[in-house]
Amino acid sequence: MVNIRINNTDLTVKEGTTILDAAKANNINIPTLCYYPDLDIKSDCRVCSVEIVGEKGLVTACSQPVWEGMEVKTNSPRVLNARKTLTELLLANHDDTCTACERNMNCELQTLANTLGIDENRFENVLEEEPLDSHNDAITRNANRCIKCGRCVDVCKNVQGLNILETMNRSHEMKVTPAYGKYLSDEECTFCGQCSSVCPVAAITERDNTDEVWRVLDDDRKHVIVQVAPAVRVSLGEELGSEPGSIVTEKMVAALKQLGFDGVFDTDFTADLTIIEEGYELIERIKEGGTLPMMTSCCPGWISFIEQRYPELIDNLSTCKSPQQMFGALAKSYYAKTENIDPENLHVVSIMPCTAKKYEAAREEMSVDGEHQDVDTVLTTRELGKMIRQMGIDFNELENTPFDNPFGITTGAAAIFGATGGVMEAALRTVSEVLNEEPLEKLDFEDVRGMEGIKEAELELAGNKVKVAVAHTLSNARQLAEKVKGGEKDYAFIEVMTCPGGCIGGGGQPYNTTDAKREERIRATYQVDTGMEYRKSHENPYIKRLYEEYLEEPLGEKSHKLLHTHYFSRN
Amino acid sequence: MLEKKLITARFDKINPLSIDDYVEHGGYEALSFALGMERVDIIEEVKKSQLRGRGGAAFPTHIKMMGVAKEEDEPRYVVCNADEGEPGNFKDRYLMENDPHQLIEGMIITAYAVRANKGFIYIRGEYDKPHSVLQWAIDEARKKGYLGKNILDSGFNFDIEIRSGAGSYVCGEEFALIESLEGKPGRTRVKPPFPTQEGLFQKPTMLSNVETFANLPHIVDMGGEKFAEIGTESSKGTKIISLSGNVKKPGIYEIPFGVPIRDVIEQLGEGTPADRKVKMVQLGGASGPIIPEYMTDLTIDFDRFENFDSKTGAGAVIVMDDRFDVFDILLRISEFFEHESCGKCTPCREGNLQLLKLVEKFVDRQSSEKDLANIESLARVMHQTSLCGLGQSAPTALLSTLQYFRNDFVDRIEHPESQ
Repeated sequence: MVNIRINNTDLTVKEGTTILDAAKANNINIPTLCYYPDLDIKSDCRVCSVEIVGEKGLVTACSQPVWEGMEVKTNSPRVLNARKTLTELLLANHDDTCTACERNMNCELQTLANTLGIDENRFENVLEEEPLDSHNDAITRNANRCIKCGRCVDVCKNVQGLNILETMNRSHEMKVTPAYGKYLSDEECTFCGQCSSVCPVAAITERDNTDEVWRVLDDDRKHVIVQVAPAVRVSLGEELGSEPGSIVTEKMVAALKQLGFDGVFDTDFTADLTIIEEGYELIERIKEGGTLPMMTSCCPGWISFIEQRYPELIDNLSTCKSPQQMFGALAKSYYAKTENIDPENLHVVSIMPCTAKKYEAAREEMSVDGEHQDVDTVLTTRELGKMIRQMGIDFNELENTPFDNPFGITTGAAAIFGATGGVMEAALRTVSEVLNEEPLEKLDFEDVRGMEGIKEAELELAGNKVKVAVAHTLSNARQLAEKVKGGEKDYAFIEVMTCPGGCIGGGGQPYNTTDAKREERIRATYQVDTGMEYRKSHENPYIKRLYEEYLEEPLGEKSHKLLHTHYFSRN
Repeated sequence: MLEKKLITARFDKINPLSIDDYVEHGGYEALSFALGMERVDIIEEVKKSQLRGRGGAAFPTHIKMMGVAKEEDEPRYVVCNADEGEPGNFKDRYLMENDPHQLIEGMIITAYAVRANKGFIYIRGEYDKPHSVLQWAIDEARKKGYLGKNILDSGFNFDIEIRSGAGSYVCGEEFALIESLEGKPGRTRVKPPFPTQEGLFQKPTMLSNVETFANLPHIVDMGGEKFAEIGTESSKGTKIISLSGNVKKPGIYEIPFGVPIRDVIEQLGEGTPADRKVKMVQLGGASGPIIPEYMTDLTIDFDRFENFDSKTGAGAVIVMDDRFDVFDILLRISEFFEHESCGKCTPCREGNLQLLKLVEKFVDRQSSEKDLANIESLARVMHQTSLCGLGQSAPTALLSTLQYFRNDFVDRIEHPESQ
């Protein structure tokens, strides 16, 4: 332990602690900008500069470990002046039209400037405007807002292992960009959007589709329905000011109704359907010697990753569409037919924790009639939050409202799709009961839960020992992909989610997501599961009815047409 | 005689391309002796010599050596910083061109002491001649058994590779150099960890300047105590001065520490052409302070410079006579740093451009009191908060002129019309 003094407080902290952590643990606030919990210490922005008594220069609190007897001043005039100057410098090379910015009032730079009381910038604005990169359906980059903090570069490189974003040039011409200043769409970007979720300003955002939704909601000819992904119900509350891990399912439904949707449905329903189709696909592959290990296909970032980097593993991917796309396909066929709506006038919106879902929905093959996309518009959790705020809805005062039917009755198995290991667990609940022909004694597969990067489990299926693996983040996924590519035959089934923690940590989730918040959302996810009447997908009565009335059987002809897809090498 | 030739003693006496010449003049004797010494004893001698780094930061060399020697991680590296990009400095070039084996020998001794088996010389991109001279010398040394496996039958293996920079100034900064050596853009890293702990390829790395390594054979040869008899209380040994600007005899001069700058200019440089008045002298290079003539009594000494909130730098003395204007110099320096900043940290990336814009206002006589206050405040913040030496020292010249030539600034504000 080391004794230090910060301002006038004597503290005893662990050796090796940084000044920032020591201060934080003792309720002393030091402003930061490039610092982000769970990411590397970059020490680029220098905003957390503090004074160590007796030292000439200032040091950055984020990177400086304490030493015995260190005396730190976090708010001396010298420090305050430095902090202010640094912030002014950043603002002077930044598009500072704050009121015309999507991060207005939710921007770390703006908050910092406000905290420091900057009312006038002493420096001339030197921004040289650059065009937007809005050449893809998922993510927009606005270099004019970028403050070169390096968080996006870090997350792309170290969390996802992709290196799509890099820094280019030097001095004030230094910028964050895909290699050679190309567009994201020119690169093997999976559109996971982790870069957007760590960006402190509005330099990287999801492509904003809220206007489009407002337009169709106002159009009387349109029948507009919405589906909501499992992970959104445990994060939307947070987006709207509640504690991380708040479960707001029924208030969310009420809000969507107020926004004017004609039907508010649950992607959990098609998550259950995915489990049936994917479960039977796995059983078929095991029984008939198909390509194993089978790998999940719910996550569009992961699909892109395989198509771009491991096309030789395409046959390992389940052919099942993701729950979002299964919903879209059913909506544009089954639902349109039973409700007697011309698909031309049916607009399907989905609320996803994800930016890559925007890309997925726009994939050419995601259309059952070849004319209309199955999912017309995808909004992130953040965009839904924005619409609720725009509407002026007092979210917490809303009356709890259940989802509409026929896609409203769901199971706990579907609810856990949002967390890493959740798809695996949901599949195992169904597959083991079907194969073992007896009810499961224990529903919880603890081995595949939690934030560990790669998880493995072994279980018995129809008398055979079967090994499964679960990975989240593409760095971890790459390890599994390499193993499979190298001929590893041990695993029968692999689940991959691109984002840390799974969809609950998706690129479209509230800003400032940290591992601590991910844990809270995961906890909430399993809480939703245990509170459900049904906890196994194959017990969902509406799924049973859907097969009886329409689909006929898992992996059947209709299923193949509507619920399964194919992949392309994009290497 | 002001000069004291220690590491430049063989200049003009030997053919730098002849290893035999070097050996005849006592070369590789120190290595041979060192290989028979205990490794810690070599570091002990360096400690006694009180040798401090010659690249500008003046860090005690033995502490660095000890730092690498005590690390268990392998491999360990010895890296020579021959990027000499600081405007006004050219002494490393002379050391490499005129006595390449002295550097190589210094590196081998250091490598032996810190248990490193691989060395790199990171040489400035523009240095074609020293590059080829060094490459020749390395090849010769390898042929004669001074480099490679089992050096002089000692069982010790060490070899050196030369890597060329690509013209970036910041790659002379230790971590930017290491990044560049690894094939990455030249941008510094956050400290700690220091290079001695996690340097090249994250391995313990002994990184020093050409001149520092060149001193090693002499320390082994003379013994640390004898070496420490040269120089002053705080600064032992000799320093090579790169003398340039308005002097009759520019060039490199090796002096013992403690010589006044005025003597360097007047005696070694033989004064200014046409005996004009010296207006200012910049010390260390573009990143160093600019002092007025009346301060040239200052002696070349680490601590004297330290008191003066400056580093000796690598030993450049740039003389400017009374034909020159403070703002001509400041403009060029500001343009230089605005161009060379790596862009990683805020104060350097954004600050250098803003600083340049403010200097331009003074140059154009468009400046106000407010600009004076802003330029001073910005320069101080850059100095105090920049991540590496580049940003910290970029405003040094400006800050020193604000201190010693303040009237020039005030004059520009008060007389916007006069030329």
